[in-house]
Amino acid sequence: MKLTLRVWRQRNADAPGAMSTYDVDGISSDMSFLEMLDVLNEQLILSGEDPVAFDHDCREGICGACSLVINGDAHGPERTTTCQLHMRSFRDGDTIDIEPWRAAAFPVIKDLVVDRSAFDRIIQAGGYVTAPTGSAPEAHATPVPKADADFAFEHAECIGCGACVAACPNGAAMLFTSAKVNHLNVLPQGAPERETRVLDMVAQMDAEGFGGCTLTGECATACPKGIPLVSITGMNKEWLRAARRVAKR
Amino acid sequence: MTDYVHYTTGEPVLDTKAPSGPIHERWDKRRFEARLVNPANRRKHTVIVVGTGLAGGSAGATLAEQGYHVVQFCYQDSPRRAHSIAAQGGINAAKNYRNDGDSIHRLFYDTVKGGDFRARESNVHRLAQISVEIIDQCVAQGVPFAREYGGLLDTRSFGGVQVSRTFYARGQTGQQLLLGAYQALSRQIAAGNVEMHPRTEMLDLVVVDGRARGIVARDLVTGRIDTYFADAVVLASGGYGNVFYLSTNAMNSNATAVWRAHRRGAYFANPCFTQIHPTCIPRTGDHQSKLTLMSESLRNDGRIWVPKAHGDTRAPNRIPEDERDYYLERIYPSFGNLVPRDIASRAAKNVCDEGRGVGPGGQGVYLDFADAIGRMGRQAVEAKYGNLFDMYQRITDEDPYEVPMRIYPAVHYTMGGLWVDYDLQTTVPGLFAIGEANFSDHGANRLGASALMQGLADGYFVLPATINDYLARNPHQEPVTAEHPVVQEVLAETGDRVNLLLSVGGDRTPDSFHRELGELMWEFCGMARTDAGLRKALERIPQIREEFWRRIKVPGTGEEFNQSLEKANRIVDYLELAELMCLDALHRAESCGGHFREESQTPDGEAARRDDEFGYAAAWEFTGTGTAPTLHREDLVFEYVHPTQRSYA
Repeated sequence: MKLTLRVWRQRNADAPGAMSTYDVDGISSDMSFLEMLDVLNEQLILSGEDPVAFDHDCREGICGACSLVINGDAHGPERTTTCQLHMRSFRDGDTIDIEPWRAAAFPVIKDLVVDRSAFDRIIQAGGYVTAPTGSAPEAHATPVPKADADFAFEHAECIGCGACVAACPNGAAMLFTSAKVNHLNVLPQGAPERETRVLDMVAQMDAEGFGGCTLTGECATACPKGIPLVSITGMNKEWLRAARRVAKR
Repeated sequence: MTDYVHYTTGEPVLDTKAPSGPIHERWDKRRFEARLVNPANRRKHTVIVVGTGLAGGSAGATLAEQGYHVVQFCYQDSPRRAHSIAAQGGINAAKNYRNDGDSIHRLFYDTVKGGDFRARESNVHRLAQISVEIIDQCVAQGVPFAREYGGLLDTRSFGGVQVSRTFYARGQTGQQLLLGAYQALSRQIAAGNVEMHPRTEMLDLVVVDGRARGIVARDLVTGRIDTYFADAVVLASGGYGNVFYLSTNAMNSNATAVWRAHRRGAYFANPCFTQIHPTCIPRTGDHQSKLTLMSESLRNDGRIWVPKAHGDTRAPNRIPEDERDYYLERIYPSFGNLVPRDIASRAAKNVCDEGRGVGPGGQGVYLDFADAIGRMGRQAVEAKYGNLFDMYQRITDEDPYEVPMRIYPAVHYTMGGLWVDYDLQTTVPGLFAIGEANFSDHGANRLGASALMQGLADGYFVLPATINDYLARNPHQEPVTAEHPVVQEVLAETGDRVNLLLSVGGDRTPDSFHRELGELMWEFCGMARTDAGLRKALERIPQIREEFWRRIKVPGTGEEFNQSLEKANRIVDYLELAELMCLDALHRAESCGGHFREESQTPDGEAARRDDEFGYAAAWEFTGTGTAPTLHREDLVFEYVHPTQRSYA
């Protein structure tokens, strides 16, 4: 099929950006969206133009590197990552808008590539269990109810892609932060740091310049891993509990 | 014929660090004999770690916990994205929670046998011993492994074994283990013990007075090429499967760190040992940029078959039961669909070569869940494999609950890598290699769910113990600065290489060269190799290299975010590594594990090893681009597992 692409081009963080229009032909419906961009880039290189920069790595929906807003939707029309979106979701002759994640806390580095290091700093603030190597008790010493283990896993599935932030009208990172808080706080291993974890991670999230949450729910709709919106409710509950307990001390 | 094939043979390479004595006491003995660094002195030592996968992430976190100053690098935008994240199926450990006869010795035995007797016994035994500690460590970190209703850990089976010792987190075990390591690393970054450099790629190694003292790396955002210095350098940069262009590796996984280290003196061992994974989604066309794995765990319940008749084009559900050939169950009745990967891959190739393959181009076999769905119900299958089925459906637009999956082998893992001794130290003092970057534990074929085990064993437990010994023995190394003439030289070479790539201004893109090399390697150094084919590839690779430097076109400049430049620079190294892989495959005129030489097979078509001639690890020394390298043999001694013709029948 033949497509018209309108792509955000921005030379670097300081340069102004604009949409540029390109035509691509011979696109097969079996191609992934990123393979379609590969075709465009091969074309651009040969015609002496700068290829479009975009983040990608595993191309199997798990590393969380790819990050495109396609026709206004984070990761495009299907509920998956951009790398797992296939061209069969589009029709011959379509015009497709491709933009980077748009959020104050995710500055553009080049074209479609943004800086998501704010996410790393949120994890650094408390998204871990303090368990130095070698200090672990026997794995079966603490059974974990299956329901809790499954709950933890469902939140631990977050790939840190940032689609939740890109989709949120406020540019909030609540779903990302709550996924990690819920994953660790439900487990017995995470219990000792339960309060400091949620308080510190939320404080860091605010410090990074993410917007406030108004529970519009766009984040959970865009999440390729299906982290549920109630995750945010869960974190709010954890935060209130922690704030009250810390205030009491 | 190219002169490259006329390699010379040097002195044998000896593993001087492996202790003698009963095998189950060796690791304890080594740990006791290894010198320690006083906790107060550790902060005076800087260690560079390249890569943040399971091996690098766990090593960086652990070294920092011990008090070392760690400077760590990854090319991704975050250490959380290293390709370990894509490992699906699980991690092995000899916990024997199932009471099914598992033990450390059995895991050791299975791994040595699975590797077709080309791994070092001491290393494998240590791996099996440490496996149990890894599970404890990961659970303590909050890794959400699958559990049973009683709250205890669940396990499943993987290929090449008859016990259930694989711990898992649905189909995302690698992700969960990696996030555990990443979180431990994040804690150390926040504490100021790890200086993390994301989006920074190692381009060369700095060796001063015969010791690894630092690296040259490029900031992928600004393009700035800089030097970083340390008392020891740890490479955890993964495997080199992307030489083949199409593989299950991440698009940016590359061999530059290990290859540059090789050029600076580190021997490269068994480069031809590459693993072709049997269950990947077949390619659909020339646009294909990567191949996607379907976890080996699917072989627990899926049955592999092709039609009995040649060229049978009926839809799979129209082929009656008695006209199907469940060839793995037929040829290997005791292991059935769970034979090791090399055997399953070759069997798939054979039936496709016979003209019984299915799907476009006949390059596929069925992996059928109809029986499992009938037996367990759709819901149970969904709970076990749901995310894999979804992924399959997304990629192929076919519903595997209704139609059998189509699968075909693809390049997945590289057992070869930098030669390391028992301490995981390369032949360059102060340079260590861990995880997939080294060659140590899997021999000629890796068993499923063992890569995660090895990465974490190396990073959490082995390296942190052995690197102490090196640092304790070399406590006061002369500080190195950017002004040192050796550093200036390495820096200049790197800059020149980058500038040369940018200045050719030819008419071919980096990807076009990468694809060409990959196709050549798949044809001649893939699932089946021959003397004539390898010689053809060895003839062709220097020609591609010459053409590359004449016709490559890299747009943009070096002082900016430039993904084409990144790619082109990696291809420079693939074009040299590919040559060594072919030479290694040519010189090893036997079949073993994933290395199948058509000239060396048993009457029933299995890999025929030639232990008398090739019972060694081949460690190659670099002598110059395109010049014949020097072979150093490390003879493998088997005291505990007697080499036999592997039988899974």
